[in-house]
Formats: sequence, C-alpha cells, structure tokens
Amino acid sequence: MAAAFALIVGRELRLVLRRRGEALNVIVFFVVVASLFPLGVGPEPNQLRAMAAGVAWIAALLAALLSLPRLFAADHADGTLEQLVLAPPPLAVTVLAKIAAHWLTTGLPLTLAAPLIGLQYGLPADALCVLLFSLLLGTPALSMLGAAGAALTLGVRGGGALLGLLLLPLYVPALVFGAGAVGATLAGLPAAAHLSLLGAILAVSSLVGPWAACAALRIALD
Amino acid sequence: MLETRGLACERGGLRLFSDIGFRVAPGGLLRVRGANGSGKTTLLRALTGLTRPVEGTIRWKGEPVDDDYRAQLLFLGHAPAIKDDLTVAENLAFSLRLAGIECSGGQREGALEALGIARLAALPARYLSQGQRKRAALTRLALSARVPLWLLDEPFAALDDDALGRVSRLCASHLAAGGLLVLTSHQDIAIAGAAEQTLALGN
Amino acid sequence: MNPDWLRFASPQAFFPLAGKLIPWFSAAAAVLALAGLYVGFFVAPTDHQQGEAYRIIFIHVPAAWMSMFIYLVMAGWAGAGLVFNSRLSHMMASALAPTGAMFAFLSLWTGALWGKPTWGTYWAWDARLTSELILFFLYLGFMALQAAIDDPRRADRAGAVLALVGAVNVPVIYFSVKWWNTLHQGASVSFTKAPTMAAIMFTGMLVMVLAFWMYSIAVSLARVRAIILERERRAGWVHELAAA
Repeated sequence: MAAAFALIVGRELRLVLRRRGEALNVIVFFVVVASLFPLGVGPEPNQLRAMAAGVAWIAALLAALLSLPRLFAADHADGTLEQLVLAPPPLAVTVLAKIAAHWLTTGLPLTLAAPLIGLQYGLPADALCVLLFSLLLGTPALSMLGAAGAALTLGVRGGGALLGLLLLPLYVPALVFGAGAVGATLAGLPAAAHLSLLGAILAVSSLVGPWAACAALRIALD
Repeated sequence: MLETRGLACERGGLRLFSDIGFRVAPGGLLRVRGANGSGKTTLLRALTGLTRPVEGTIRWKGEPVDDDYRAQLLFLGHAPAIKDDLTVAENLAFSLRLAGIECSGGQREGALEALGIARLAALPARYLSQGQRKRAALTRLALSARVPLWLLDEPFAALDDDALGRVSRLCASHLAAGGLLVLTSHQDIAIAGAAEQTLALGN
Repeated sequence: MNPDWLRFASPQAFFPLAGKLIPWFSAAAAVLALAGLYVGFFVAPTDHQQGEAYRIIFIHVPAAWMSMFIYLVMAGWAGAGLVFNSRLSHMMASALAPTGAMFAFLSLWTGALWGKPTWGTYWAWDARLTSELILFFLYLGFMALQAAIDDPRRADRAGAVLALVGAVNVPVIYFSVKWWNTLHQGASVSFTKAPTMAAIMFTGMLVMVLAFWMYSIAVSLARVRAIILERERRAGWVHELAAA
C-alpha cells in the first residue's frame, strides 16, 4: 500500500512539474487577493494588522477552491480515473495519495507564501509564526474536505461557484480557529487552545473527507 | 469462470438490457454485439464493478465478486487512459506498476515493440495521433499475461490493419494461455483459436 | 419474514398512503398553529424588558429548532438511502430540504425583525444566528448539488453523501462559531438571551414546534408525491393514474 501511495504521489508531482504554471497561478492568486483588501478598506496599519489573519485565511480558502477541480477532473476526462479506481490498491489509499500531492502543491506553497502577507499587513514576528503554523495545520484539512467537494462535483455543471457553496460552510471551523489563533497572539494570549482545536479539525476532516471522496468517486463513475 | 445470471442495467432511468446470463470458461472469448446505445459499454462496466447493475449476479470462479476481483481483471475503456503530459514509456510504466505487474525496462520496450510504437517511447503522449494513442493504451496487454480476465471496450476502434493484426495476436496468445476475454466491437476481427460466444444486445 | 409495512418502501405503494396522510397532518398543523399563536400573542404576558416585540420568539425559536431537526432527519433518510439502496429514502431527503431551508430562512428573518426593535439592529453576529446562516448555506448547497446533476440516481447519492458530511460537521461548525463569538466580545447583543421564561411562554413555543413539525410532515409528503410522479413517470401505474 505504501508503494502504491508513493507511486501515485510521484505521478501527481511529476504532472504538476510538467505544468508548473497552473500551480503557480494559485499561489499568485493567493497573494493578489490578499493585496486587494487594503485597497478596499484603506491602509491604516492597526486595522490591517487586526485583519491580517482573517484575510490570509480567506485568501487561502479561495485559492484552495480554485485548485480543487484539477484534483480529479483531468483524470476523469482522459479515463485514468477509472483505472485508478479499478487498480488493486484500495481507493482510500489512492485518494489519500492524491490529497497528499494536492497539499504538497497547493497548501504547502500557500503556507510558505504567507510571510508575504505578514509583511504587507505588518504582522509582528510571533503572530506571523502562529499564522504559518495555523496554515500548516489547516491547509491539509482544506485538502481533505476539498477532495470530497471535488469528487461530488465531478463533471457537474455549475463549476467553481457550486464547489464554493458546498465547501465554504464546511471550511468555517478551520477559518475560525486558524485566524483566531493569530488574533489571540496579537492580544498577547496563548494560541495553544486554538491550535489544538485546529488539530482536532484536521483529524475529523481526515476521516470524513477521504471517506466522502471515495463514495463520491464511485457515485460519479457509476 | 466468469458467470452472470439475470443481469439488468439502467442508464438515466431507461432499462438498457435485462436478464443477461452467460458463462465464459478459461480460454473463452465473449463478443458483445449491438447497435449504438444498446448497452455494450454499460455491460462491460458492470462486469468491472464500476457500474452497479439493478438486477442479477456476477460470479467469478464460482464466488460472488468481491474486492479481490479487481486485481484479476484488466479493463480498457473507450478513453485511452493516458496522461498527455507523460511520455508513452512513463504512462506504460505507471499503469503496470499500479496494476502490480513487475517487469523490467527491457520488457516494457519489448511490449512497445510488439505494438509497433517503440520509437515513440520518449514522446509526450500529447503529440500522438488517435491511433497511436490507442496502440499506447493497448501496450499493457503485452505484459498482462498473468491477469486472467481481460475486459476490452472497442479495442479495435481507430486501429489500422497492422495494429489490428498485432492486437489480435495478443488476444489469441492470452486465450491460448487460459485467459478470458470479453470484448465489445462493431468490427469482425478474427482471433485465432478462440472458443467463441456472441452476445447480442438490444432487440 | 419481512413485516408487511415494508411494502411501503416502494414509491408506488407509498404514493397513495402519503396522499391519505396529508390531510391529517395539515389539520393537526393548523390546529396546533392556532393554539400556539393564540398562546403566544394573547395569553403570554407582556415582557417587562422587551414589551410586545418579544412575541416573535414564538416563531423564531421553533423555526430555528425545526431547521436543525429537519437537517438531521434529512441526513437520516439520505443515509438510509445509501445503506439500503432505496429510492424512496432519497426522495424523502430531497423532499425535506426545501422545507428545512425555509425554516432556516424564517428563523433568520424573524431574528432580524426581533433584533430591530429590541436592540436597534437587524443583524448581529451572535453565535446562534451565524450558525443558522451557515445551516441555511448547507441546505442551499444540498439543493444546488442535486439540481446541478442531471442523472437522478447520481443526484440522489451525491446529495446523500453531502448531507451526511454536513450532518457530521454541523456540531463542529456550531461549536466553532460559539467559540468565535465568545472571543469577539465587541458584539454584545445576544439573541440567545431570551426573556426569562415564564412557563406559559415555553408551552407556547412547544406548541408552535409541534405545529411546525406537523406542517413539515404534511408539506414533505406532498412534495415527495410530486417527486415520485416525476421520477416514475414512465411506469405503468403512473400512466393509469393520469388516465383516470
């Protein structure tokens, strides 16, 4: 099973490397969206500092949404998805491998790009660290639930907006605890509680997301 | 070894076929014929387990199909199941490893040779013609001797005479080794030495 | 072996049964609603803090409870449909969704109507209202997904998976929103602080909950009958029904 996991992650990474542009677009989108908020609400430093975590997190949610359709859609279109479902490895392993690759090419780069947001919004170093850590814990949860959303909407009309409608309510807990952790740090309070709850969200998402994604893939291919 | 009883499938609320029963023994070939839309692909997909039949049973080696069944079948659908961004060789290596088939680089080269596309090995699949893609998809057959059940949906479509001959020979040797083959096709391509049955869908 | 009532698991058998039940539930709903509204608007005493405006609680709170209850029932039918591969279970889930969404919206709207005279604002980001808003989005998502998928069987099953995912997440979402609300003490209005409950107020709300429940059953049965006719439109019994 580990071999199959590594094989599929390897293929996904190779495919993304061959189409670097798509993955980079998502990161650039993340930074662009975050840059829009000051243009909308004004550059007052205290206001921006208070908004920073929320903006970074919301931009991460939207960037994740943008990247999710390509999780299964391309494979579905050229027939490789059926082969993955029919292959000997359990579908759960395949789905987890795809989620892992998705996170490595979306969530992780977003987390690494977050310091740029910190810079734009004047976040102090300790708050920035907490932001990075919260994104590190939270973005895998976004990928887990996102896989379920992508599988449910495979080949369905309505595109990105439908995916957003389905996933954004489910992303609320991660947003609340992730941004809340940074808010606590800015107020001089410990962020441990928020981060542990974020960890719990990750645990729940890791059970619910892949299960739902497997069920939804089978339904989509029926 | 492969047996169905009373199989019925629906698509979009319409009953495509009912009460399909057949038995294929080792070395046996089943050709599924029918007009467009008669349910040939759906029947094949039901045999793979991708599509759930509304009625009927499928038995493999006397037992109802379970998780192990997947590992004993090879399914090639309409779409070539090839990633455009990977080379022909990479595509082949991935699909074989995914199926758990161990083989060396030399054997894979031999397989590409058997389908007449060895010179395309390092080319990204994007640049292949329709027929070349089909050949690339079918290359798996040359190394899947140990997979007993082959389910092929329109394997001969888009192939020229040369390729038809090659594929036909691969099928024949699979059957000679005791494998089973169920295929759908509009074309009457002969496969040497096959214990043939025909199933006609859609009346 | 199988109990006789299991034959109602077939849409064809359930259709006439549902038709017979609707008038009873409608009547019960009407009676209970009249009783509840009477208690709420005439019997219950004027609140010394909020005056008459608080009376909208007799619609707001029952609507909120029903919206949550219906989501769980909907998820239950969805799960039953997946486990037993029963078409009727899926149809029931689809029939319940619009009613649940309506109650969620009603709860939000009456919350706004309550907020304005009492606390001077139509909307406040308190935990209950925010959770209700997200629940409303979950209903919309379910209905949107089913509407977007053409194949009814796939729409049923995909919607069912989504409903179950939502059901698991609703407590998580509610908890996170409560947490978020207690952090940001700036929003000091709390719609959860209902006036201290006289027993009669609680009775009034309970009666309204029952009224809404009967209404939901009646409306969902009517809706499921329409869904059955649409889905089974090629079946012989539907043609006979249309000819009659």
